[in-house]
Amino acid sequence: MTDPPLVAVIDHGAGNLVSIRHGLERAGARVAIASRPQETASAQALVLPGVGAPGTAMSRLRDRGFIEPIRTWKGPLLGICIGLQLFFEMSEEDGESCLGLERGRVRKIPDAPLLPHIGWNDLVLPRNGSAPDQLFGDIDPEATFYFVHSYVPVPEDDGITIAYAEYPHPFTAAIRNGPRIGVQFHPERSGDQGIRFLANFVAEVRKSPRASQ
Amino acid sequence: MTLRTRIIACLDVRHGRVVKGVNFVNLTDEGDPTELAGRYAREGMDEIVYLDIAASPEGRSAFLDVIHRTAEQVFVPLTVGGGVREVEDMRQVLRAGADKVSLNTAAVRNPPLLDQCARTFGNQCVILAIDAKSRPDGGWSVFVNGGRQDTGLDVVEWAAEGVNRGAGEILLTSMDSDGTNAGFDTRLLKTVTERVNVPVIASGGAGNPRHFVEAVRAGASAVLAASIFHRRQVELAEIKQAMSEAGIAVRHV
Repeated sequence: MTDPPLVAVIDHGAGNLVSIRHGLERAGARVAIASRPQETASAQALVLPGVGAPGTAMSRLRDRGFIEPIRTWKGPLLGICIGLQLFFEMSEEDGESCLGLERGRVRKIPDAPLLPHIGWNDLVLPRNGSAPDQLFGDIDPEATFYFVHSYVPVPEDDGITIAYAEYPHPFTAAIRNGPRIGVQFHPERSGDQGIRFLANFVAEVRKSPRASQ
Repeated sequence: MTLRTRIIACLDVRHGRVVKGVNFVNLTDEGDPTELAGRYAREGMDEIVYLDIAASPEGRSAFLDVIHRTAEQVFVPLTVGGGVREVEDMRQVLRAGADKVSLNTAAVRNPPLLDQCARTFGNQCVILAIDAKSRPDGGWSVFVNGGRQDTGLDVVEWAAEGVNRGAGEILLTSMDSDGTNAGFDTRLLKTVTERVNVPVIASGGAGNPRHFVEAVRAGASAVLAASIFHRRQVELAEIKQAMSEAGIAVRHV
């Protein structure tokens, strides 16, 4: 058994990092909370959480010098909720430019009966003939995950979507582009299946090239 | 494939312990909040609410410690209310491990607090808690200070204003039904949910599984109860089964 991999959770000054930290620890990682880029130096993976509007989150990341370190990061990166939305080019929530790692925009959930979309909802894995992404490999198909948001990413290339949810129309609930992963739901608040998802992420971190250096 | 209707357990916390009592008197110690929250989460509770009913400076650090210990061990959403009077209080509670914060008296005294909290943390983590008491004219008035003080505000108007200012959810407690175990005030729920376009959590009056179904049919997106869970009067599984049979989607664990 190798040592647990070190995962740095980026702290941009708002929101609950306690459940992310302990969720990742339960999933088999060591966790460092990083409020400065230097504090991610020995990490094998980054986690970008987030609450609030993308503009506020971007300016906090900028103030703390995180923009370039995230843009140039080559290892595993997990964005959660607003963290996922920040991957894209811009958000209609406040017209702010985001990190631009992925092509596409973030827009308000259309035709929703009520907003925010709050609560436990199913994931729908794309049925394109291929096996589900390994992050969902052993997830119970009946499992629900906890969502709390009004905006959703709309990737230009839908091929990066590895899970959808429906409210009322299908929307992108998880993406993957190489080692870059983003989820609109909160795995750290989604009970046992959420922890299993995080364990699959940690397993991937353990195997990633950077980890073996 | 649909959003599940949430069942929420509410725990009154004082000086770091779960307490039970009527109108804040004859409080009895009901144990450690973290243990109770953990049990509820294992049984399939969809969300936990902690209310700091002391909300005194002395009790605050014990309360923050309870939030922290819970977030370490319980991986379902945690909402916290009581004692949040400014943005910094909310930041402290979120950093301790809460996902959402409910504002009640402080929002009535200082409505721009809702705008400030929503701007800083997003409206998805701001809940406006309203204690509603019926008036002779058929409407409802907003009460504050743990239900002791009539503000003269109209519940429906205040709910609409709260949403405009940035509340992403309404926690609506009927003071008339609270503690009766005789069912939720469905007329109140219907009136408020027809007016606002955010999720409304029904609270006050749960006594049996049928009451949960009635609350959802009246428009509630989530249903909250306290004593019937603490006293094990009704099992969560029975409630979820009754809701399922009524065609309401619930989460199974």
